[in-house]
Amino acid sequence: MIEVKDVYFQYDGIEEEKQFALNGVNMTIKDGEFVAIVGHNGSGKSTLAKHFNSIYLPTTGDVIVDGMNTKDDDWLFEIRKKVGLVLQNPDNQIVAGIVEEDVAFGCENLGVPPQEIRQRVDEALKAVDMYDYRTHSPDKLSGGQKQRVAIAGIIAMEPECIVLDEPTAMLDPQGRQEVISTVRKLNQERGITIILITHYMEEAVLADRVIMMDSGKVLTDGTPREVFAQVEMLKKHRLDVPQATELCYRLKGCGYEVPECVLNEEECAKALIKLLKGSAG
Amino acid sequence: MVRDITLGQFMPGRSLIHRLDARSKIMFLIAYIVFIFVAKNYMALLLVTLASMLVVLMTKIRFSMYLKSMKVILFVVILTGILNIFYGTGNVLWEWGIIKITDGGIHNAIFVTIRIATLVLISSVLTFTTSPSDLTDAMERLMKPLTFFHVKVHEIAMMMTIALRFIPVLLEETDKIMNAQKARGADMESGGIIKRIKALIPVLIPLFVSSFRRANDLAMAMECRCYNGGKGRTRMKQLHFSVIDLLGLIFSLIVFAGVILCNIYFSSVIR
Repeated sequence: MIEVKDVYFQYDGIEEEKQFALNGVNMTIKDGEFVAIVGHNGSGKSTLAKHFNSIYLPTTGDVIVDGMNTKDDDWLFEIRKKVGLVLQNPDNQIVAGIVEEDVAFGCENLGVPPQEIRQRVDEALKAVDMYDYRTHSPDKLSGGQKQRVAIAGIIAMEPECIVLDEPTAMLDPQGRQEVISTVRKLNQERGITIILITHYMEEAVLADRVIMMDSGKVLTDGTPREVFAQVEMLKKHRLDVPQATELCYRLKGCGYEVPECVLNEEECAKALIKLLKGSAG
Repeated sequence: MVRDITLGQFMPGRSLIHRLDARSKIMFLIAYIVFIFVAKNYMALLLVTLASMLVVLMTKIRFSMYLKSMKVILFVVILTGILNIFYGTGNVLWEWGIIKITDGGIHNAIFVTIRIATLVLISSVLTFTTSPSDLTDAMERLMKPLTFFHVKVHEIAMMMTIALRFIPVLLEETDKIMNAQKARGADMESGGIIKRIKALIPVLIPLFVSSFRRANDLAMAMECRCYNGGKGRTRMKQLHFSVIDLLGLIFSLIVFAGVILCNIYFSSVIR
């Protein structure tokens, strides 16, 4: 689906010549995958996100989307149709004053016939559970709801891949939950490729594959279990692991019998129950 | 505080007026404004005012909402009314130095006041019963012939849409920044007008900076959704004329005929 080949990227106007935001990134995203890209501030993850639909172009290297190079102007709209991007601030990406009209915005730009736009909009709003709010004004919605409207606006364009650039960073825990479960549903039920940029490790755990980035480079790439097993290495790069993983890692360090890599609260609870029962009996 | 502005606020509903096509509403509004100024005597003006009141009643929006929007321009109405008292001709009723009040002036004042009040009333009908997006959409279509003169009609309509969308966002932001500055000891409520205006600078600067940031974000979001100007763009909501618009047209024509007749037949009536 998307191939990133040896991409270096430098922002305009940075004084020091050697300051690259991306430092030779290579990765391949397959069709239907749910990939989480994590890293702390300044790791280049957001910069990378904007390369997927040719908002930014690599200084050197190539990004290929379904055989189309993002540098090729002729493919610009094809690429943006295939790869939708949801940004961090839900307020700043809603164009129209009414929910359904905002969702229709992308389709209108593509020149879809009005009848079909109506269908797509209704379907997209149902997919993100916002159909009941279709005639509302966006400023009356919560952050999570706004972000779901933004996602619906992308879905209505029927993309094959949705890139979400820290969609939950400005939301409260409930809004975060809403957005993440919507994204998972889209991936599982519609087979849309999801690239989720986040700094919440708890969200990354839900993905099929986790890519860790640090100072513009890919640090590790693998299933959540593989990646979060390397607690030592992650700590060295000042990267977090999910709390449950951290707890079990420390317990293990103190010599307790817990499984090698625990990813979520449930697994952690099970491990602890087993441990406590074992020590009691 | 800043959020209590009713002038130009949309109130959803299902009345006949709501269901008029936005394009006809704009055209009718223009026609009514013309009627109001064409009316030459009290009878004609009474007719236009009654017609506007009928339209206002038909919107099924509480009259207090209209009064609220009137309140905003009350000052302007009173001021123009008072000024007109002194600019009349005819029998002098009262004189003091160069200031004199004539009966013509008093009629003028009454006339102008009713005119402006009716004007606001009928304009409120448009903004109260039409969603902002329908309004901008209708304007885009009505102004379409101007593209011939290289007027960027689509861009103007898009700017209006975005401006309307961001008014509440920016109002909220203004409130937040004001509170943040107050929390740091900024004093915005005391002092003369100059001092108060100066006190707004620390609010305006952050507001501007964040507006530019928002604009940048929004531009990117629009690009992500393949926005490429008005070319090849379709619309989900199609505007179309219906029987209601025809009824509206007939009604307007009747009012127009009435105004003309009143102008002719009651020309002897005062004014």
